[in-house]
Amino acid sequence: MPIEVLMPALSPTMEAGKLAKWLKKEGDEVRSGDVIAEIETDKATMEVEAVDEGTLGKILIDEGAEDVKVNTPIALILGDGEDAGALKNGASGASKAPAAGAQASAEPKTEGAGPSTVKSDGAPASGPVKVESAAANPPQPRAQPEPDVPEGTEMVTQTVREALRDAMAEEMRKDDRVFLMGEEVAEYQGAYKVSQGLLDEFGKERVIDTPITEHGFAGVGVGAALAGLKPIVEFMTFNFAMQAIDHIINSAAKTLYMSGGQMGCSIVFRGANGAAARVAAQHSQDYASWYSNVPGLTVIAPYTAADAKGLLKAAIRDGNTVIFLENEILYGQSFPVPKLDDYVVPIGKAKIARPGKDVTLVAWSIGMTYALKAAEKLAEEGIEAEVIDLRTIRPMDTETIVESVKKTGRIVTIEEGWAQSGVGAEISARVMEKAFDWLDAPVTRVSGKDVPMPYAANLEKLALPSVEEVVEAAKAVCYR
Amino acid sequence: MAATAAKAAPRKTAGKSAPKPSARSASGASAKSSVSNGPLEFSKDEELRAYRDMLLIRRFEEKAGQLYGMGLIGGFCHLYIGQEAVVTGMQMALEQGDQVITGYRDHGHMLACEMDPKGVMAELTGRRGGYSKGKGGSMHMFSVEKQFYGGHGIVGAQVSLGTGLAFANRYRKNGKVALAYFGDGASNQGQVYESFNMAKLWKLPIVYVIENNKYGMGTSVERASSTTNLSQRGASFEIPGEQVDGMDVRAVKAAGDRAVKHARDGKGPYILEMITYRYRGHSMSDPAKYRSKEEVQKMRETHDPIEMVRRRIVDGKMASEDDLKGVDKEVRDIVNAAAEFATNDPEPDPSELWTDILR
Repeated sequence: MPIEVLMPALSPTMEAGKLAKWLKKEGDEVRSGDVIAEIETDKATMEVEAVDEGTLGKILIDEGAEDVKVNTPIALILGDGEDAGALKNGASGASKAPAAGAQASAEPKTEGAGPSTVKSDGAPASGPVKVESAAANPPQPRAQPEPDVPEGTEMVTQTVREALRDAMAEEMRKDDRVFLMGEEVAEYQGAYKVSQGLLDEFGKERVIDTPITEHGFAGVGVGAALAGLKPIVEFMTFNFAMQAIDHIINSAAKTLYMSGGQMGCSIVFRGANGAAARVAAQHSQDYASWYSNVPGLTVIAPYTAADAKGLLKAAIRDGNTVIFLENEILYGQSFPVPKLDDYVVPIGKAKIARPGKDVTLVAWSIGMTYALKAAEKLAEEGIEAEVIDLRTIRPMDTETIVESVKKTGRIVTIEEGWAQSGVGAEISARVMEKAFDWLDAPVTRVSGKDVPMPYAANLEKLALPSVEEVVEAAKAVCYR
Repeated sequence: MAATAAKAAPRKTAGKSAPKPSARSASGASAKSSVSNGPLEFSKDEELRAYRDMLLIRRFEEKAGQLYGMGLIGGFCHLYIGQEAVVTGMQMALEQGDQVITGYRDHGHMLACEMDPKGVMAELTGRRGGYSKGKGGSMHMFSVEKQFYGGHGIVGAQVSLGTGLAFANRYRKNGKVALAYFGDGASNQGQVYESFNMAKLWKLPIVYVIENNKYGMGTSVERASSTTNLSQRGASFEIPGEQVDGMDVRAVKAAGDRAVKHARDGKGPYILEMITYRYRGHSMSDPAKYRSKEEVQKMRETHDPIEMVRRRIVDGKMASEDDLKGVDKEVRDIVNAAAEFATNDPEPDPSELWTDILR
């Protein structure tokens, strides 16, 4: 049997990529370790090595093909004694390979070039669980752009990653006190390619690669901010910012107060927050509630590309210490962004992402994917959910939440972080304080489960919230 | 490692060798770098300035201790008595606009930076006229005007922050140098070495001043540090360092001149280990039972930084006893006025609770 070479997954969150180049042609001998092709993802170009020996029998995906789903067969390798005749079966097998990619792909092959996949059908608790990325084809809010965007403004489709980059570039052009520092932000163009192109435009004085020393470079950033510069400090992910949290809180957030207003700290700490995919407990924590606990900090967690751009620009200008929580899974997702010279979204304002009258769903960042998808499903059952994208965790736009609860009488909060002392717990308390008499049901939280993030695909899926859980919670508070 | 230290060592000795702090001798024998033993002679003006500035710190701290005992100062209060020569000599090596940052034993640094003693004392008593409107206290004061960046209560934090000040200097190409003070205790913190690495990597204009007063709270350097020559802590980053007699203001100033010039010339960071001594406990609530009374007494009698200058002034006939009494009086008046202000100034308005959180 010919061996299928599958489109490999090159990062924990990769779902598809471009087959940039074939380095072998049909009929070539291939040995284990030979580079046979180049794959481009939105983050990087990577080489694909053969893990089997034989002859490259057939190329199934042409050079230049975009959006090739992970685990799609891309070529066939003939083993010893096999000839082109053997290709018939393999080729027809390949042609049947589903287009849906990772979720519903072929059985794992011996090549091991990609994650072991699971079937999309049948998900009994004991068996493989359906692995569906929360953000595949991100659900779009209905109520964008911002009300103050002039009518007729052109919208361009951008990924969150591009929007973040543009926000930094625009602010760096405008203010030479703004600079970016962090691990791999310059020459590598960003570990997640968020800072792509910035080194070229602004040079190494303003786009600075740091050593892998979060505690130290966070302190250096804060010191530069105390001296009047406006640093953007990128953490590769916020998991690593735990090493730096002393400077974030003790040195940055508290100094304005401790100095009696004399010395402030205008700095943005940004980076990926929360679970990515299959990176286990130490790399999958949601820190929204941690930072949201601290006076002196502003905490932002956008969902759409437009908000990512507008809020990051606002954060850089803000003049205070801002925690800007991004999400790795959202980086590659596309949204319409208003084409304006200076698109700034106000900090501290939630947005009604989908109006409704029966139940309020509050979420932010990737939590919005569950909320919006749940709202769709609820609508099919005749429940009109109002979805609020909180966008800023601190200061919290309590008013928008309370106004919505006054209308719906019911509220469900959604977050990937843990429930205890979580942001949902805070929202619950505020709703009880400010809208108790309007509540027709207890405030309900959908959150990450109270466990360290497991590695196994099925357990990880179970540890995170799900659309189903949101739907169930919403129905429960509607007594349906 | 020895090479970098040798380069940094003073070239000439002038006159008699400076007294070495006695507690140093045991470990000092194995030290690779030499204690700077040839301070340049001070001019009359320099001696008088050093005397006056050190005396102001001494009297201020004594008064602070007194107010603490009266319950007017609360919380932690770390006095600088005994270490006055360090900040005084280093300040004499700085230019206008150079920045200073330190840890929690910070009153002396603020006075050396010419911050108003009234504002400092009123902050100690938690009054509205304090530098931080009474909201920072002993360990957290700042002055944008005097380029004093605190006053930090987390041991070692000021080292990274100071490195950031130097980063800003290089970013702005303004020719300024940052001075980051920290203690022997802080010198074992991880972020110190993260900062050393970046400072050297990026050639940042910073002088790290390690104030080795021999005890990190109650633990002696020997019991806390695997290597006790702290001036060589930058060796693996090729940061030059030298040990300095931190009780002799002339030695401090001379070493400070070398180090600051090195940093200002774009050669990167420099480490000065000031061998010094605090007479008082770690804080007001520390009875300092980890060392003998004799040890302290000996240091006071033979190496007191202020007394040494006073003796030189009198012996050298740079000023008369009466002149010095005049200085003493001026200093006492300043300190008394500061204490008076800090005692009578009202507490912050309750509305201040909610201000200065964001701007």
